[in-house]
Amino acid sequence: MNSVWTIAEQSKGKLKAVSFELLSRGRLLADKMNAELCSVLLGSAVSDSALQEFIQRGADVVYFVDSVRLEHFIVETHSNVLTDLIREYKPHTILAAATSSGRTLMPHVAITVKTGLTADCTELDIEDGTNHLLQTRPAIGGNIMATIKTPNHSPQMATVRPKSSRPLPQDATRTGKIIRLPLKDEMVDSRVQVLGYRTDKADFSNIEEAEVVVAGGRGMKKAENFALLKTLAEKLGAVVGGSRDAVDRGWITYPYQIGLSGKTISPRLYIGAGISGAIQHLAGIKTAECIVAINSDPEANIFDLADFGLVGDLFAILPKLNARLDRYAKEGK
Amino acid sequence: MNIIIPIKQVPETSNVKMDKETGTMIRDGVETVINPLDLYAIELGIRLKEEHGGKITVCTMGPPSASKALKEAIAMGCDAGVLISDRKFAGADTWATSYTLSEAIKIIGDYDLVIAGERATDGDTGQVGPGIAAWLNLPLATYVSKVDTINQNSITVERLVEDGYQILKLPLPALITVVKEVGVPRLPTLRGKKKARATNVPVFSTENMNLDHSCIGLKGSPTRVVKIDYPKVSRAGKIMKVDGDDGVDSAVEELLEFLIRRQLL
Repeated sequence: MNSVWTIAEQSKGKLKAVSFELLSRGRLLADKMNAELCSVLLGSAVSDSALQEFIQRGADVVYFVDSVRLEHFIVETHSNVLTDLIREYKPHTILAAATSSGRTLMPHVAITVKTGLTADCTELDIEDGTNHLLQTRPAIGGNIMATIKTPNHSPQMATVRPKSSRPLPQDATRTGKIIRLPLKDEMVDSRVQVLGYRTDKADFSNIEEAEVVVAGGRGMKKAENFALLKTLAEKLGAVVGGSRDAVDRGWITYPYQIGLSGKTISPRLYIGAGISGAIQHLAGIKTAECIVAINSDPEANIFDLADFGLVGDLFAILPKLNARLDRYAKEGK
Repeated sequence: MNIIIPIKQVPETSNVKMDKETGTMIRDGVETVINPLDLYAIELGIRLKEEHGGKITVCTMGPPSASKALKEAIAMGCDAGVLISDRKFAGADTWATSYTLSEAIKIIGDYDLVIAGERATDGDTGQVGPGIAAWLNLPLATYVSKVDTINQNSITVERLVEDGYQILKLPLPALITVVKEVGVPRLPTLRGKKKARATNVPVFSTENMNLDHSCIGLKGSPTRVVKIDYPKVSRAGKIMKVDGDDGVDSAVEELLEFLIRRQLL
């Protein structure tokens, strides 16, 4: 029977949401091929009940290579382990998240296993008859959507953006197998050492995981004005981001840059203030569920992509918006 | 501290105009430039050379016109360039490209560090850097935002991850891909441009590289593009003009209603 594998991610024993998002993608593909859906986890100290969540959210099988030597993501070791598993179990398709580790592990494995890989897919499907994975993604600054196939190599591999799909709801009636595997000594590559981790803020928020993003561009005029966006973000439970202009001017740091040379985001709601909408910025927000734009220039490109736009002075609009949201929170209307 | 920097020449997409009727890209007069994210790799390379000495060789796989990108990198401060060019390389996907580049890097040889940009702005995959590391069995760190220390034997870097930075120590030789945080790229200097004009850029091709032809070009590529769509950039949303204080109040009210309707609050 064919199998569809999804590469799960964990941090300090906790499973990351992206692991379940992949399962919902994988479930659609597996059902089309009558294949079994597997979660593959390389990590450490993950409890049985956590592993059960994979099954409850769609997996038929969980492969867990459990070792403290897999706790940190070191690509060489993770790549050796995954390559070894692929050679033993021969999955049909492997999906990983387009995260820092996924985007490092998958191209590495694609070379050693000799197969094709498409990164950052926004759509995935199985081709009737051939069972080839149809991998669709944007290219050339988001100006085109390309559909790619790997016709003659195996397994079919693709990475998928975080937050581009929702996990299936937990179904406690689902059953499946949990297979714990040991880490083979010869898989460990000890050349690279992890010395530690650093966060530069007490609350380092991952903008790619955010449900709501509020972003500022050149129209914010100076760093201090980002306080308006921070206030708005607090009321909406949002993360604050910026255009390339804002980052280049030092108003916000690079991990929060949205666009082609920054992050691509798929939040439920994106509000852009003082952002004109250069094509590279739009490429970073195209898959947002809802786009709201505030800009004083009626010709700003961002209005082409907005679901709701306000042509006006953001310095007049934002304070009133913040106040109105306060009232809404207190009065419920 | 000898460094090799693979770069790519890409279409300049910021000024790309889309034909609104057909939804296709107007390619006339589209310039090619060094992949903007490669400029950061070049900048880091030059800074490391300034501190530790050594030689920087840039290389690129592309048509003959790609030597323009190599000259520009030399004008910024790199020392030598290699053009990897052959009709048989055309149509390569990231698998075949990383193979071809890694074979060129083997020939150039005598390096401590390979520095690549995070990804190219046209293909946008970020796969070639890690691919080269796999081919050459080089220890790899991606999304490097800072080099903490470097010496004869090792490099310690900070790598961007979802919740902060991972600090890694790699033995040399190694391969790193870098993000914008490594530093602002410098402009080419007049002196650099003179040097670039005087520098001879050798061409590596299937004639002088010992390549497995089943691994190059379109034929060597496991992936195939089977369809291209040109999505129309438009959501046809409601755009409100906001005038005066009353205008702001009613606009904010409408926005609130919109967010409630869409269940975003």
